[in-house]
Amino acid sequence: MSAVPPATSPSTLPAALEAARRHRLRAWEALPWVAALGAYFAFPAQLAFGTLVLVTILFALSLDLVLGYAGIVTLGHAAFFGAGAYTVGMLAAHAGWTEPLSGLAAAAAVAGLLGLGSGWVLLRTQGLTLLMLTLSTMALLEQAANMFASWTGGFDGMPGLEFKPILGLFGFDVLYFRSQYLYALAVLFLGFVVLRTVAYSSFGRSLTGIRENLLRMHAVGAPVRARQRAAYAISAAIAGVAGAVFVQTTGYLNLGVLSLDRSAGVLIILILGGYGRLYGAFVGALAYMLLEHSLSKAYPTAWQLGLGLLLMAVALYARNGILGLAAAWRRKWAAR
Amino acid sequence: MDLASILLGGLASGMVLFVVSVGLSVTMGLMGFVNLAHGGFAMLGGYAVALLMRHAGLPFFAALAGAFVVVAAVAVVLERLLYARLYAAAELDQVLFTIGLTFVMIATVTLAVGPESQTLVLPAWLRGQTDLGFLSYRSYSLALIAGGTALMLALWLGLERTRLGAQIRAAVDNRRMAQSLGVDVGRLFTLVFALGSGLAAVGGGIGAEILGLDPQYPLRYLAYFLIVVAVGGLGRVSGVFFAALLIGVLDFVLKVRFPQGGTMFIYALALVFLLLRPQGIFGRRGP
Repeated sequence: MSAVPPATSPSTLPAALEAARRHRLRAWEALPWVAALGAYFAFPAQLAFGTLVLVTILFALSLDLVLGYAGIVTLGHAAFFGAGAYTVGMLAAHAGWTEPLSGLAAAAAVAGLLGLGSGWVLLRTQGLTLLMLTLSTMALLEQAANMFASWTGGFDGMPGLEFKPILGLFGFDVLYFRSQYLYALAVLFLGFVVLRTVAYSSFGRSLTGIRENLLRMHAVGAPVRARQRAAYAISAAIAGVAGAVFVQTTGYLNLGVLSLDRSAGVLIILILGGYGRLYGAFVGALAYMLLEHSLSKAYPTAWQLGLGLLLMAVALYARNGILGLAAAWRRKWAAR
Repeated sequence: MDLASILLGGLASGMVLFVVSVGLSVTMGLMGFVNLAHGGFAMLGGYAVALLMRHAGLPFFAALAGAFVVVAAVAVVLERLLYARLYAAAELDQVLFTIGLTFVMIATVTLAVGPESQTLVLPAWLRGQTDLGFLSYRSYSLALIAGGTALMLALWLGLERTRLGAQIRAAVDNRRMAQSLGVDVGRLFTLVFALGSGLAAVGGGIGAEILGLDPQYPLRYLAYFLIVVAVGGLGRVSGVFFAALLIGVLDFVLKVRFPQGGTMFIYALALVFLLLRPQGIFGRRGP
């Protein structure tokens, strides 16, 4: 390109310029991590809640790859969260496998294989059928976990699971969530790096293409199914890791990890924050969980009413979530 | 339990599933709108029946008719004001909106009536047993089977033999073509939406005996209604009828024979059905 000067200088094509620079790290991207570390020192009494937020962010991020980038609408993503959670829980309870890092690897493998297998079968369909199939897969796992109670603890779940110290150095303290918080933060960071790399790779771009125009991607010869399956499996593995961290840090699990509530909840979180933009998961999870934390115990019905109205408003007026609104306002402000 | 009793019990709950789900099938077939709030209309109907009986002193059947009218009216208002804005929107927005609406319905009912479950008092002549000659069975279940079959026949005749039915079938098969031929699909949809929601309300009322009635109803049975519609095929009254009976009977039989399995089988069955025939067992292959 050096011999032939471009016909139009890039500066006159801001959209093209932005697309070319999309993958570059921007200064503000350090903000969530600085804030998360700051929260560790600022709110030492809230670290249990903070850990839960971090786990939820990771789970929502994994959904973002499937929903936001590949455009696969699923109501059953908790299947993978639950698969990871039960893998770690059952290994700890029945096989005495309580080393946390290898537990994460096992959870990622089980959930990833489940994603690969179910994606292979389910992703042939779309629309209502796909919605139903993902929902049914998750419900099937939930019922199976309920049925084989001697393995899974059934309805009562598995309380009081204990795990070895991380790397043999940092023990999980049941009362103080210090190491749990930092552990969850470290796993979230790694998961984020993986997802960010995937999302901004050529693979991620082709996923966006599939989301935007399925027929055209078929027409240009992109291996649509294979890409969707790969994205589904990667996302499943990361969701499994989120489930595993959830069990390792809290020390218990029950059927709730596999429920429609969790599936719908993470969908809501992602859409509230804004999907297809990675950081939506951060904003959505924090906003949702802060609201839930402060309202749901004291006023459960009012919380549900407010959440319902919020969802309707988002669907009608703010389809790109909080970050989408922020971007729209920024554009409006810049245009003045 | 002997086979005949199990079959009758399954058929009775299948009829309830049919009455609730048939509207969902037609509205989804017409507009391709993923309406996860449909179970909410059934719950509202059940509560309308309960409140009309308790506070207005209406008899059971008058209360059912009242619930039909009230819920159909609510549905028209919601459809015109809110649903209509989302017909062209992505599936995800429709899912989100209707989940939100379901939450609002649940919370509203909890605030207005309370979180406890409601019982509907059936008329005396439906409470006993009826002797069928070869066995004696609960009168109410038999009435459900008779009523559901009659409704299915009425709806089928209405769709096949009336002008309105022809318009609905045309719009389900090819909305654009129907529009080009002068069918006002928007108005048609409002009508069908109101009718379907009204039927769901009746289903919520007559099904309270079998499915129970409390604020969590829409979420608990959401998967059932969706499975019936997905298996039956979109916009097919007879398909939904047979799918509802199939799901009702299989669910009942499996729950009786393998109580520890819970609802696992129904999801497994739904998976198998939908994978074998994504357009629904009784649905036609799309264009």
